[in-house]
Amino acid sequence: MKALKFERSVPKIAKARIAGALRPGAGASYGPLSLDETATEIALPGRGWQRVRPRLAGICGSDLATVDGRSSRYFEPIVSFPFVPGHEVVGSLDDGSRVVVEPVLGCATRQISPMCRACSAGDLGRCEQIAYGSLAPGLQSGFCCDTGGGWSTRMVAHESQLHSVPDMMTDEAAVMVEPSACAIHAALSAGSLDGGVVAVIGAGTLGLLTIAALQAFNKPAQILVGAKHPEQRTFATKLGATTVVEPSALRRAVRSAVGCMAMGDGEIERLTGGADVVFDCVGSSDSIQNALTMTRPGGRIVLVGMAGRTTVDLTPLWQREVALVGAYAYGQESLLNRRTFDLAFELVGTADLGRLVSATYPLDRYDDALRHAANAGSRGAVKIAFDLRNEKDSAR
Amino acid sequence: MSKLAKGARPGLVLEVDRSTPPTLFWHGEGYRLEKLPVGSRVIYAPEPHEPLADPRGAIRHALLNPLGESQPLPSLLFSGMKLTIAFDDISLPLPPMESPDIRQMVIEEVLEHAAIAGVDDIEIIAALALHRRMTEAELRHAVGDRVYDAFAPSGKLYNHDAEDPDGLTTVGQTRHGEDVIINKRAAESDLLIYVNINLVAMDGGWKSTATGLSGYQSLKSHHNVKTMRASRSFMDRHKSELHSSNWRMGDVLKNSGIKIFQIETTLNNDAFPGSFNFLQKREWEWTAKDRAAFIASSKALDRTPSRLKRNIFHSIKAPHRMTSVQAGEVEAVHEVTTENVYKQQLVVVEGQTDILTMGLPYICPYNVNSIMNPILVMCLGLGYFFNMYRNKPLVREGGVLIMSHPTPWEFHPVHHPSYIDFFEQVLSVTTDPEIIERDFEKKFAEDEWYKHLYRNSYAYHGVHPFYMWYWGSHALQHLGKVIIVGGDPKSVRRLGFTPASTLRDALEMATDVVGRDPSITHVHNPPIFMADVH
Repeated sequence: MKALKFERSVPKIAKARIAGALRPGAGASYGPLSLDETATEIALPGRGWQRVRPRLAGICGSDLATVDGRSSRYFEPIVSFPFVPGHEVVGSLDDGSRVVVEPVLGCATRQISPMCRACSAGDLGRCEQIAYGSLAPGLQSGFCCDTGGGWSTRMVAHESQLHSVPDMMTDEAAVMVEPSACAIHAALSAGSLDGGVVAVIGAGTLGLLTIAALQAFNKPAQILVGAKHPEQRTFATKLGATTVVEPSALRRAVRSAVGCMAMGDGEIERLTGGADVVFDCVGSSDSIQNALTMTRPGGRIVLVGMAGRTTVDLTPLWQREVALVGAYAYGQESLLNRRTFDLAFELVGTADLGRLVSATYPLDRYDDALRHAANAGSRGAVKIAFDLRNEKDSAR
Repeated sequence: MSKLAKGARPGLVLEVDRSTPPTLFWHGEGYRLEKLPVGSRVIYAPEPHEPLADPRGAIRHALLNPLGESQPLPSLLFSGMKLTIAFDDISLPLPPMESPDIRQMVIEEVLEHAAIAGVDDIEIIAALALHRRMTEAELRHAVGDRVYDAFAPSGKLYNHDAEDPDGLTTVGQTRHGEDVIINKRAAESDLLIYVNINLVAMDGGWKSTATGLSGYQSLKSHHNVKTMRASRSFMDRHKSELHSSNWRMGDVLKNSGIKIFQIETTLNNDAFPGSFNFLQKREWEWTAKDRAAFIASSKALDRTPSRLKRNIFHSIKAPHRMTSVQAGEVEAVHEVTTENVYKQQLVVVEGQTDILTMGLPYICPYNVNSIMNPILVMCLGLGYFFNMYRNKPLVREGGVLIMSHPTPWEFHPVHHPSYIDFFEQVLSVTTDPEIIERDFEKKFAEDEWYKHLYRNSYAYHGVHPFYMWYWGSHALQHLGKVIIVGGDPKSVRRLGFTPASTLRDALEMATDVVGRDPSITHVHNPPIFMADVH
């Protein structure tokens, strides 16, 4: 089988970090990611596991951080090497039926009994046992050496991870289900936003999907978005943003929307009030700091983008009693009492999210694919994916 | 009265032929030479009129010999009275004039009369309406150090505040239901003296008091799309709905018993000092020295960072000189003033044109010591320059306007905070003045942060960018297309206009609208002139 493998190699990770810093996505050419055209097929870990032939597998921001050597060392104990990246997967089972993989490797997949509190409640993303049980450590498929990942022609998945794809749904739409679930979880994690004002920082895939999720399931009165590139602005508007501005103008737009005062003589240092909730879909020091300037006292910042090591002045967090919370993965949404993945299938269909897949690449052009994904916004793209449907491989 | 300077020639309409040298186009903080097609017309301003030989003497004469139903100033002054002197703000004249400023000369003369009459209760107000407050340096330049030091430290010389709830008073309502609200101190004074500079025909008259000393509630009666589209042009008072509204307000002021003594002045159009003198000459008359000055300044400007270039241009003080001064009753004074403005500025032009070209300079009334942001570019071109006509616009209905300006996406955050938001949040949605007025104006006008910055910092009022857009609404309705040469394409598109790299490209694009072999007219402005189009 063919697989892109990510090995543990400190020197190569260092090279990837340098290359990625100089040219986003270039870590693919210089780092520990390589194409193994004769990889050994992964054995089924036990009962209830099935083989999956990925058809499309998306490239996500966390994948790019890994490839460019930017991932936090926090992940070291909860991944296992070598792993095959790719956790946004639509694939085929041996019987030919299509499935989307819900990649979180919680208690059920690890054969842990009794399950932890989170998994018992259906909150897979909060599983307390992701480094234990019958599988090697790995928070998700795509980061675990025992399961493989979507950037290959074969992987394995537990039956609890599989969601059937309706016949009418294209592969392009189906590959958007997993990232949509992340966005829905973020949009609902802030509680009811009825009549509120929210701001979304960043309009890459996660930002756009968060806008769609907010519009579909939480309906704040105003969704203000800071989007850098023209295509992002167009999509943001189509998906339900009420105001779309340049990222540097988002603070001013929030101020106008809520009608509060601001610190600064014309330039705005920070707002006296602000948005009820700010969704940070970038996850950098700058974006978190920016979010803190535009969240109202008592408001909430939802960190949707993967942050990593950051330096932030938390004084406003303290003085304004702002809650900074993460939104990772999915599970059971208490606000609507539904499974996040069920909501994601619904959203992908109603909002036509398959249109966000801008380009696909075969595995052997992985360096082109990753560079495209790392520069998606500036190249007028949103989601880049690997297309495995025409990959020829031989089981070994 | 204004008279022609010795050798001063009237305006000129030149037809370009093969021997015509390239024409100078202003281009923001710079200029460019453009070769206009043969057969194009270039309109040049009349040369500067002879200034008054003794301006202080002329002022004294005007105060003692008022026009209309007014007594001489000394008869209106008495001990124990409350006297308010209001004066035009930083937006006039352009460029700011060399010291002594006209306002200084007039106010000093008025104060001498007040001192003789034993008037103690005097306050001096910069009548800035919704413009930004003037800084100490700007006030000192306008009124002179002597006046500033005598009044400002005790709070007797200050900027009008249109958002001070205790500082305005409702005088009444016109028969059209327009609220007449002006500065309370001015309204409650025994005499209000207004000191004006009539740079263009739009200025002065009842607009001085009814607009300059007013606030949003009153201004919205005439600073709106309907009024501006019905003002053809707002430089021609008798065909300007903007002025009709102000004149109705003037009637209310007059009938309320408020006593106003209007002092109006006119300037010649000697706009640039020696080193930049070539800017107001006709190109074929450039001397070797002019050509050298052009080349030297162009090359130097090309290598100068934009901030420094801005500082250089904004440090220019114009050698304008006073050509007339008249005082007394508002309407009588203004009739004479307007005639004097026309004498300096009118150029007779035969027929309209398919394409009108203009180079926009670095300055307009709202960016003195500031940045000419894209909204002001629109206002200067489509508001001011387009409307510098009498009878009918220079360009025919459905014609094309080509402007030259770098149009950077740049704003002065202190002076123009609401402009930044207007550009980002309003123009990104629509450029239609009616929709803008309907959907966005109120929110900006009533925004507390903008009010705070207007009152306490140096910001134009929150609603001001809307007025800039309305100022161009007649042109927007009239024109078939607007093209900006050499502008930042992103900014130009946000304005709803079309960017072009060169004049040649722009002329080619224009033919899509006006057809092949169009007539082309270039306004060689500034120095300012006004076209009398027959």
